[in-house]
Amino acid sequence: MDRERIIIVKNLVKKFGDFTANDNLNFEVYKGEIFGFLGANGAGKTTAMKILCGLSKPTSGEVDIAGFDIYRDTDKIRHIIGYMSQRFSLYEDLTVYENIRFFAGIYGIRGKEFRAKAEKLIAKLNMEDVAKTLVASIPLGWKQKLAFSIAMFHEPPIVFLDEPTSGVDPRTRRQFWEMIYQAAESGVTVFITTHYMDEAEYCDRVSIMDQGRIAALDTPKMLKENAGAKNMNDVFLKLVRPQKAEL
Amino acid sequence: MFAVEAHNLVKRYKSVQALNSLNFTIDKGEMYGFIGPDGAGKTSLFRILTSLLIPDEGSATVLGYDVVKDYREIRKISGYMPGRFSLYPDLSVEENLQFFASVFKTSIEENYHMVKDIYSHIEPFKKRRAGKLSGGMKQKLALSCALIHKPEILFLDEPTTGVDPVSRQEFWEMLARLKKEGLSIVVSTPYMDEASLCARIAMMYKGDILAEDSPEAIQQMISGKLWSVSGARTYDILRYLRTFNTCFNIYPFGQNVHFQVSGDAEAVFQQIKNEFQNIQIVEIQASVEDVFLHLSARTEEEKEVLNG
Repeated sequence: MDRERIIIVKNLVKKFGDFTANDNLNFEVYKGEIFGFLGANGAGKTTAMKILCGLSKPTSGEVDIAGFDIYRDTDKIRHIIGYMSQRFSLYEDLTVYENIRFFAGIYGIRGKEFRAKAEKLIAKLNMEDVAKTLVASIPLGWKQKLAFSIAMFHEPPIVFLDEPTSGVDPRTRRQFWEMIYQAAESGVTVFITTHYMDEAEYCDRVSIMDQGRIAALDTPKMLKENAGAKNMNDVFLKLVRPQKAEL
Repeated sequence: MFAVEAHNLVKRYKSVQALNSLNFTIDKGEMYGFIGPDGAGKTSLFRILTSLLIPDEGSATVLGYDVVKDYREIRKISGYMPGRFSLYPDLSVEENLQFFASVFKTSIEENYHMVKDIYSHIEPFKKRRAGKLSGGMKQKLALSCALIHKPEILFLDEPTTGVDPVSRQEFWEMLARLKKEGLSIVVSTPYMDEASLCARIAMMYKGDILAEDSPEAIQQMISGKLWSVSGARTYDILRYLRTFNTCFNIYPFGQNVHFQVSGDAEAVFQQIKNEFQNIQIVEIQASVEDVFLHLSARTEEEKEVLNG
């Protein structure tokens, strides 16, 4: 099956002085795919993700995001991607509605268009009653849904999620994954990092980084089969060696 | 004497009830885990037990000392590793450890045996600024700093949150060795799979203890049979199972979906097998996470009933 590729990474290298954070990465992500980006702390995940989002330039190599070049088209890339970080990047002392307006404004969505879209979103999230409530006082699960929806407000074809479920309870984590599935079904490409190994199994394909390189990339099923492991946690422990994870 | 004893412990923040009258005891030399997500009340509880926060109601003792009255003793005998990185990022690894040693009027040399096993991993980088360490190394330094004054009990608040599986495994191995030396260890974690590493756990959710026992006993707390289905896309199976009103407690677990059936299970299985090809359905032993999902769902339902 020839699937449409939306992220193409070729020979990506990123060095900080003598330290090679990304050591010749090569991978592709398909349109509508849920792509899990795993690795030890300090393996180079964040560095690579920043490059893919257009926030940092590679030392060498090529990166193509939906047909745009990472060196030349960073402004365009920022418009076609959504980004949600670990701590949800919401302003706690702004209301739900103000948060939506703030982030919409960054993407130039204003006036009538904004009001119509915001109303629709608030209805979809069942947040009519809390629209004027400070984000600080809404439950964690709601914050998370709101943060994801805000990252998707400008309808980007690609969304980057950096440990979006860290510390979240098992029920809310599962509700969040349903939003991810729904987004992927509507054709959005989801690029996600997580430290929960059961979540890695929700991904279509998973890459595991170790020491700046991609140690393995495959479907969770094949990764488990190839490593002779019963779950993703074992796959991870087999591929990433402790002494190496240290540095 | 218990390592920790808590009676009707209550803590409120304005309108939020962080702890709803908690009661529990922890044995000396025991590895005891508080398992629960953000907002469960774990950090409030740890701050009370380390004398950094005063409870609104109830009482607690740590190795016989009252957490309010005897705070000086509590601080001498307790090692505390807070959830968020608590070290001085501008000081070097060695300076951080020296600082914590001197606060407790001791030195790295005097108590080196306490931290050797852990500190030796990061000693090669002792001149590096703490802010520049990787997640796993920060964690080891924080644990060394909590140990340098030779405490009798350790309180570790989410030491493995945001840390990769390899460092998490190493960390738990270190705790197991400390426990062997007789330390009482109280640890909290949002990772349900870490529960099995504790002798006993308390499952916390929204300020309550949902259940407290050994992980093995907790796994038995599910009523009825638990089934696991695999072989097709998780989300597709999930949605299909929800169309049955006889299926309940339906939760995805990686590439499997766990569920329970009221009534004729075989009839449901047959229909699932007709809908998907190459499907496997097996009866399974509940995990701690299954139990957490079931019990917290019950709490949510009860709240809905109460709120009308």
